[in-house]
Amino acid sequence: MNNFQYSRASDVADAIRLLAADPGAKLIAGGTNLIDLMKENVERPSRLIDISRLPLRDIEETADGGLRVGALVPNSDLAYHPLIEQRYPLLASAILAGASAQLRNMASVGGNLMQRTRCAYFYDTATPCNKRSPGTGCSAIDGLNRNHAILGTSTSCIATNPSDMSVALAALGALVHIAGPSGQRTIALTDFHRLPEDKPHLDTNLGSGEIITAIELPPHGFARNYSYLKIRDRLSYAFALVSVAAALELEGNAIVEARLALGGVAHKPWRSLEAEAALRGQAATPDHFGRAADLLLQGATARSHNGFKIELARRAVVRALMQAASATPQSQAHKKIA
Amino acid sequence: MADLTIPERIPINLVVNGERRALEVVPWTTLLDALRDRLELTGTKKGCDHGQCGACTVLIDGRRVNSCLTLAVMTDGAEITTIEGLARDGALHPLQQAFIDHDAFQCGYCTPGQICSAAGLLAEGRARDADEIRELMSGNLCRCGAYPNIVAAIEQAMSRS
Repeated sequence: MNNFQYSRASDVADAIRLLAADPGAKLIAGGTNLIDLMKENVERPSRLIDISRLPLRDIEETADGGLRVGALVPNSDLAYHPLIEQRYPLLASAILAGASAQLRNMASVGGNLMQRTRCAYFYDTATPCNKRSPGTGCSAIDGLNRNHAILGTSTSCIATNPSDMSVALAALGALVHIAGPSGQRTIALTDFHRLPEDKPHLDTNLGSGEIITAIELPPHGFARNYSYLKIRDRLSYAFALVSVAAALELEGNAIVEARLALGGVAHKPWRSLEAEAALRGQAATPDHFGRAADLLLQGATARSHNGFKIELARRAVVRALMQAASATPQSQAHKKIA
Repeated sequence: MADLTIPERIPINLVVNGERRALEVVPWTTLLDALRDRLELTGTKKGCDHGQCGACTVLIDGRRVNSCLTLAVMTDGAEITTIEGLARDGALHPLQQAFIDHDAFQCGYCTPGQICSAAGLLAEGRARDADEIRELMSGNLCRCGAYPNIVAAIEQAMSRS
């Protein structure tokens, strides 16, 4: 780890001031990803601004019947919160599918949104990587790319976003509340992360002096018909090859509303309004689910080692939608796939 | 311009295994290194040093965390429990006894982390059966492969707590 200065922010405004005063500074909350990246010399901040003691740990009901979750709520506390378990079990399930119990105790909601790709070349400072060192090239495109993206890639980067939580938040239509030097703003979670295009060093649309203060969940939690299905190389404590957040609102066997998002396949949680629209008004059948999966995966492109992900994603989407329709969501502890 | 001066050591106060400990640390000292190198509590092990193996697991204010990914300076004021702090009045913690009863280790390197993690798991009260124990202990690796006995030991401690 490089040497760095340490400051403890006294409030959000102080954190924003400290960020503005030192362009090499970074915020730290749970630190689970940042400290690891610092040990690998991928991140070399000149200063860490400790925001872990700021009062951003509340989970409050909003006027419209949704929930506002402070950016510093630990992942485990969010997953096990009674209101999340009751109203947003898709989110609880996705969080519990990620990391380990220790890491979930440490990691914050805001930090989860800010975590960086686990592309092995991004971590290996001896190799070219446009995300780590812009302009040096992408080692993954013609390298070992079994874990890499099949959707929304560019010629600069085929890295994936590793978050499980964000996939559920994308499906649920969550909002991200942000504070910065020019005031506060709110953006959709699906607009928070970006595609690599020609600037893969930018993971998100967060401005350099900005800080996430909360996420907001809309009233509709799809608590009855949902599933988070995560496919990975080992049964626990591994990043997704493919994951699916599926949520349905049914009247009998007819789909009134559908939400679908994929993880492990792109630089951001992958959601397709077209695929969701195709499900509305249809019967909840494997055929219709397969059609939605095809629309969601439209344009998927394989590299040398990750072609299996396209069919895996298609089947995982159908399976997750079947689990959602039958109200038998994937258990994150009992690993049998229903 | 970044401030390139070497930072002063920062004073922090901890309660480690029930004892007040004051020390001064540079900002990049992890809690793991502070425990092992400064407080001479070498029961907590450094395995991968990247949060992947769980050997460094300790309890901060009763919650299990990876001490290798925790900056000591950020824990100022916290209560830390390590493997050395689990026994009470000369009696082993029920988990320590259960690990002996079930021969839940071979080389023993992961054991302090396994036991601290299991103590956190018991406090969380979320595991009800062996599958849930396995899932919620997946942050602790055992390269000797003592997993069946580790699960059995935790089931024993769980049934008696």
